[in-house]
Amino acid sequence: MSSTLPSPRRSGTELLLIGLALVLSAFVLVVPVALIFTFALRSGVGAYFANILEPGTLHAVFLTVLASIVVVPINVAFGICVAWLVTRFRFPGRQLLVTITEIPFSISPIVAGVCYLFLYGGQGLLGPLLEAAGIRLMFTMAAIFLVSLFVTAPFVARELIPLMQQQAGEDEEAALSLGANGWQMFWHVTLPNIRWALFYGAVLCNARVMGEFGAVSVVAGAIRGQTQTLPLQISLLFNDFNISGAFAAASTLALIAVLTIIAKALLEARGIGSGGRH
Amino acid sequence: MATRALKQRHLLPGFGLTLGVTMLYLAVIVVLPLAAMLLKSASLGWDDLWRIVSSRRAVSAYGITFGSALLATLFNGLFGLLLAWVLVRYRFPGKRLLDALVDLPFALPTAVAGLTLVTLFSENGWYGHLLIPLGITVNYTQAGIVIAMIFTSIPFVVRTVQPVLEDIQPDIEEAARTLGATRRQIFARVIWPVLMPAFIAGCVLSFARAIGEFGGVVFIAGNLPGLTEVVSLLIFIRLEEFSYEGAAALATVLLLVAFVTLLVTNLLQAWQLRYLDKAR
Repeated sequence: MSSTLPSPRRSGTELLLIGLALVLSAFVLVVPVALIFTFALRSGVGAYFANILEPGTLHAVFLTVLASIVVVPINVAFGICVAWLVTRFRFPGRQLLVTITEIPFSISPIVAGVCYLFLYGGQGLLGPLLEAAGIRLMFTMAAIFLVSLFVTAPFVARELIPLMQQQAGEDEEAALSLGANGWQMFWHVTLPNIRWALFYGAVLCNARVMGEFGAVSVVAGAIRGQTQTLPLQISLLFNDFNISGAFAAASTLALIAVLTIIAKALLEARGIGSGGRH
Repeated sequence: MATRALKQRHLLPGFGLTLGVTMLYLAVIVVLPLAAMLLKSASLGWDDLWRIVSSRRAVSAYGITFGSALLATLFNGLFGLLLAWVLVRYRFPGKRLLDALVDLPFALPTAVAGLTLVTLFSENGWYGHLLIPLGITVNYTQAGIVIAMIFTSIPFVVRTVQPVLEDIQPDIEEAARTLGATRRQIFARVIWPVLMPAFIAGCVLSFARAIGEFGGVVFIAGNLPGLTEVVSLLIFIRLEEFSYEGAAALATVLLLVAFVTLLVTNLLQAWQLRYLDKAR
């Protein structure tokens, strides 16, 4: 696959390039991660857990997990729908649908938040209408769920589409011709074929939902303890000069990030995943 | 291929269901909010819109944002090319680890990245206590913005160039070598033309991400108007001041930049595919 070039002995250029890559990566990637865990644990394990169990942070953990539980399954289902639609059928506007699905990926998280503010906020398109009906979305967890759905909408589809394009649907056709109905085909043929890419898409989606900061900070308002997800809590603690508390909260998200890239490395070792193209 | 796809059409179930769900979801979750913001912007009228987007504070924010993003992209272009090259072409201990680590900036929340960087470069920080005596201050200067942008968009160039580099067959290079080409000629004439579309696409993605970056930048920038205030931060400040018109107008500017980059990357992809088709 790779590195098949015969290299009888290492040239000076090769050593130089490898050395440069390793040194730069150490400074740019390794040291920051080391710093997070060092600072989180620098006052000892007891102080670390005291920081995590501090009510504000604990509640932020709860809200962050809640956001993930609500958002990830919805976008997993959506990702499967889009991928099935655009890889199994040809129809006019197919490419347009893919492009629209990818839009959130290229939009600044702040802009995503502003969009939702002008849809559901008091100044927004539907805000006054909803208010008249007694529904308030802005500055509630519902707004956080919605904006997270927007931000992570492409994540699962992005992993599934290249894989399902390769699989081309012969397996499904075989299942149908053997008498399976649509759901049986999906459960017994499609899902097993895509499960690892689906899992990886969900892992990426989860990391982003839990870590989203810009979009969430626009729609969450600043109501302490009510809509304070972990990234917002980190910022709050930092602004309160509670550095140990901020790093304790940050270490939980950093741990999830590390688990995410481990999951990716393991899946790629199995030959799954889109080769890292995000 | 085309005839098979045609035959396959509607043979499999679920067309109506998935089309319905996809269109409804995209309409409600993606299109409607974008339309709401553009409507808000449009309701300002051309004069007000122009006054806001061309205000002195906005223009200096564009300068800082685009300038910093350009510098960050320059670094990430070179660093990304280096990483992709080393990961594809060489074998060395820790290669798998390095390959996995490249994705860290995507997996790590931007707020965590921002917190980490501002701590690294603070007066007593691991980097700061070495750099500050030399007169290099990163926190609350434009250098901090560039560094935050670099960190959050490292993977783009690596991950677009890497698969293309993997696909280049060694025999083409062998052929060039047997014909007497030097290493530099092989890179410039054989490898680079194939890599270039992917490289540019990666740089465009990296640039787009840097322009919109908020979480990483907000911690380290210190939001001094005219000095370290990026566009996304200015939008956030406008919201806090309840200046919704200002926020809508500036967000529209960022949205347009995002659409242009999306268009450019799509065109580049098409260009790259055509190039590969020709090569076959």
